[in-house]
Amino acid sequence: MNDKKWIVLGLLIFMALFLSPFLYNVVTGAKAAPMPEVVLTEKAKAAKQCVMPTEFMRTEHMQLLDEWRLKVVRSGLRDFTNTEGKTFNMSLSNTCMDCHSNKADFCDRCHNYASVKPYCWDCHIDNPQGETK
Amino acid sequence: MKSSRRRFMKLAGIAALGLGAQPAIKAIAPAAGNGPQTQFSQGPNVLTARQWAMVIDTRRFKTTEDLEPMIEACHKLHNVPHFEEKNHEIKWIWETHFHNAFPDSANRFISEEAEHRPYLVLCNHCQNPPCVRACPTKATFKRDSDGVVMMDMHRCIGCRFCMAACPYGSRSFNFVEPLKGLVEKEINLKYPRRMKGVVEKCTFCVERLAEGQMPACVEASGGAIVFGDLEDPESEVRQVLRENFTIRRKQSLGTEPCVYYIV
Repeated sequence: MNDKKWIVLGLLIFMALFLSPFLYNVVTGAKAAPMPEVVLTEKAKAAKQCVMPTEFMRTEHMQLLDEWRLKVVRSGLRDFTNTEGKTFNMSLSNTCMDCHSNKADFCDRCHNYASVKPYCWDCHIDNPQGETK
Repeated sequence: MKSSRRRFMKLAGIAALGLGAQPAIKAIAPAAGNGPQTQFSQGPNVLTARQWAMVIDTRRFKTTEDLEPMIEACHKLHNVPHFEEKNHEIKWIWETHFHNAFPDSANRFISEEAEHRPYLVLCNHCQNPPCVRACPTKATFKRDSDGVVMMDMHRCIGCRFCMAACPYGSRSFNFVEPLKGLVEKEINLKYPRRMKGVVEKCTFCVERLAEGQMPACVEASGGAIVFGDLEDPESEVRQVLRENFTIRRKQSLGTEPCVYYIV
């Protein structure tokens, strides 16, 4: 058993490498990236509530959009009535982006933070009013 | 109480049944008494039919210029890109020669006037669409409600089986980024574009039908194109079909096209 020093040395190197990211954060005092803050347009503020409650939209908007897409494209149903009885045209460009016409400050901020790259805007137009261009 | 092996087994069985049923009950329970539900509907102005069909009066289109308003109205509205390169061409509605439109109806000697007329061709929204059968992802499908052969761009994987299957050449593939073929200022902001790698075609303007409007080409034709329900004997389309002799493209293939031509 003459390898003891090598084993200990190896373990030390391993631990140092393994802990280096944590140590780096402790030493430099780095904090987690701050929560992204989305900007609401005046129109979105005036509407007070989106098609569904904010909490729901924050966590489930992708499922909602997926459902909308299915209903519009495959079933030909284009109107959505929410729990409060309000009816909306199910359209990403013409309904969602009509209020949230600030894609860069609304959609992108969270998407970049979460590192998701939805390709909605390859086809769907992000400013149906043509205002920001 | 006297406990016996028999009694224990009975109780254990009932308990197991109860535990097993719990997830099933949980799954059903939230459906009841969950307050107001969301609803999906068609919208108040929607135009409905059992099978949409179109009759094109080709006698009213003498020259290429006569067809341009329809083609332009459609392609502008749906952000159909324009490419000079023939291989990259995207077309929803276009002009063709009699012999290409009706190869099985062309006799050796036919009316010269009819032979040299330009013909407007588009997706026939067949009652027996071969493209739908060919599609491996069901991206293209025949809508049950009104017989429109639709494309779900989200599902299209760009295999082009539908293009091979369609006998009318009604489908175009986006070989290049469609944005390159669009003029930035002329993009219709109300209608989505497509991405590279999907197949596209005429949709009988479903987005307009949903709002109670006739398809763009019908509107631009000034009455030369009639649109309506093929299954409704009282519809304008049926009226026109009753009064005029019409032909359809490649009828012998059995696809049952829904675009009729008065020649």
